[in-house]
Amino acid sequence: MTPGMKYIDDFRDPATAKALVERIRRDAGAAPVRLMEVCGTHTVAIARGGIRPLLSGAVTMLSGPGCPVCVTPDGYIDAAIALGTERGALLASFGDMLRVPGTSSSLEKEKGTGLEVRVVYSPLDAVTLAAAMPDREIVFLGVGFETTAPAIGGAIRTASERGVRNFSVLSSVRTIPEAMGVLAADPEVRIEGFLCPAHVSVVIGTDAYRPIAHRYGIPCVVAGFEPLDILLGISMLLRQKKEGVARVENEYSRVATAAGNRKAQDLIRDVFVPCDTGWRGIGVIPGSGLRIADRYASFDAEKKFGHPVVYAPSVSACRCGDVLKGKILPVDCPLFGKACVPEEPYGPCMVSSEGSCAAYYKYGAL
Amino acid sequence: MHDKILLSHGEGGKRTRDLITKVIARYFDSPVLSPFFDAGLLGRIEGEIAFTTDGYVVTPPFFPGGDIGRLAVCGTVNDLAVCGAKAVAISCGLILEEGLPMETLELALAAMRDAAKEAGVTIACGDTKVVERGKGDGIFITTAGIGVSVDGWRPAPSEIRPGDRILLTGTMGDHQVAVLIARQNLAIAAPVESDVAPLSGMLLPLLPRFAGKVRFMRDPTRGGVGVTLNEMAAAANARFVLDEAHLPVRESVRGVCEILGFDPLYLANEGKAVLIVAGDAAEAIVSALREHPYGREAATIGEVLEGAAGVRMRTFAGGMRAVDYPVGDQLPRIC
Repeated sequence: MTPGMKYIDDFRDPATAKALVERIRRDAGAAPVRLMEVCGTHTVAIARGGIRPLLSGAVTMLSGPGCPVCVTPDGYIDAAIALGTERGALLASFGDMLRVPGTSSSLEKEKGTGLEVRVVYSPLDAVTLAAAMPDREIVFLGVGFETTAPAIGGAIRTASERGVRNFSVLSSVRTIPEAMGVLAADPEVRIEGFLCPAHVSVVIGTDAYRPIAHRYGIPCVVAGFEPLDILLGISMLLRQKKEGVARVENEYSRVATAAGNRKAQDLIRDVFVPCDTGWRGIGVIPGSGLRIADRYASFDAEKKFGHPVVYAPSVSACRCGDVLKGKILPVDCPLFGKACVPEEPYGPCMVSSEGSCAAYYKYGAL
Repeated sequence: MHDKILLSHGEGGKRTRDLITKVIARYFDSPVLSPFFDAGLLGRIEGEIAFTTDGYVVTPPFFPGGDIGRLAVCGTVNDLAVCGAKAVAISCGLILEEGLPMETLELALAAMRDAAKEAGVTIACGDTKVVERGKGDGIFITTAGIGVSVDGWRPAPSEIRPGDRILLTGTMGDHQVAVLIARQNLAIAAPVESDVAPLSGMLLPLLPRFAGKVRFMRDPTRGGVGVTLNEMAAAANARFVLDEAHLPVRESVRGVCEILGFDPLYLANEGKAVLIVAGDAAEAIVSALREHPYGREAATIGEVLEGAAGVRMRTFAGGMRAVDYPVGDQLPRIC
């Protein structure tokens, strides 16, 4: 047995979990406390761990907008399809993007009629692909948050250094704290505590949430993705509420630090600049996107092909927007489990493996 | 003999004859398998007959712990075994791609011979086709198998009732992870071997020894334990509740799954069985399984409870959640 794997077991101990659940129930008040897990990986871990029903009556866990596929707007998918069908580009993408609906189609449907899409596991794979196919334009669909941004930035830098000119990125990179700010200010959502993402925080550092804790008086706890991480994080949020304080605490101190990963931050600053960007269901959030910096403009697919991504609010019965904002639970959407299922998804929250609707559907039946 | 398979090896002429008599017959030396008859003559078989078939297209054909030949025999032997039948005879259909190294074919044939010997089954008939280069993937094998039920046992999902226990004969996901690693496009190295093995020697003696206690058996191949249990729960119209803490997973497999985001519950196995047994016999059956080399890590992984049909899991955190069929995993050929 390797020590690393033993380490995971330590965060899955049933007896400790039981004690934490009891503590959470003791510390919770008469009405359920409204906490939001911001990150899709937390959403899945909570569903897989069966944690939501375990805390029912004490804590209501709202699922946040931290699923990159889910918040990518229709216009982005439309632009990607256009680059492939009208400009002959070969698209390289993470697998999750294939079934996300655009305005009238998806990459998967177009693939069936000739659109060329390759599933890759890393942005660098797309650079390798471009180098191997010099007579094709390869466009990587750069979707993600601060965790993916350094990998996408690294791929752009590598392409630049190696002179791979037929590689570009259609960027839809977003930053989490700005979205949290919008939700914190929304009186309809009424968030009493944020369970902050583990991996994003490793990059940006836990200090990044201080403005939210201070300005909105909402406790923030950075937590890991194992069941005990999550229960301990929730317990720490309740303790803050009980003491009447709102600060940033770090349950995930075994990996995340206050300042974060400077090297990754430098890489992001080198390749990207902040911009306003549209989030599906939420709208345009100022300063919440990362566009490719002008010195790397030749790797920016929007500029290279003169085909900007247009943001327009989607119009359908799908309530992904309200789910992403924590205003309703997935089960409250009229399409959930009926017109919208993982095999035939209507909205992106049912497509992505990190989507809250998919997590509710897959693990929710009791 | 040529060092590569040629189209003419499949055309029925002299080269086909040479391939059969000089290569294949060297491995499958059985009185039943005559190169001069069109069928294997098995004679009279007493008992309740079970019959099954399967195709094997795994890529790569050789992987740590096994290969397509061993897989082709074990898969069919196991399909019979979990239905309570001892394999009597199996067929061997070879679909070879032009240009396949003769050595590759011989290694696969040797593995089939060894696995058949271990399972005590005769390879009783066969067929060989050769497809043009580019129309196959080296070697495909199909096998069909005839078995005889032990003591007339047959699967009885309708006998499953609350209080029954769910047993698994060992760790999950070894086969699929071994094949994925052997494909070498994941840039991951881990010491994982496929579990491919014939299970008849372990499972069939349980049936007379624990008469009336074993209700239902399945081998969790494609889709893994998760899908197999869903199918079993549907067949039994029963509620299965698993204990996450009791699911056996090898550390190395778990490590690979953590990195790639796979759930071992849905990974294929080729040497494991799931058993639903009477609660009062569960402990003794687990002990009996553990006496066998292929069952050393057998465990009780859950129980049958009253309530809505389907599969649920008691999690590490002490919660309860659904275990459903997976949707749309783009995993490549593994068996």
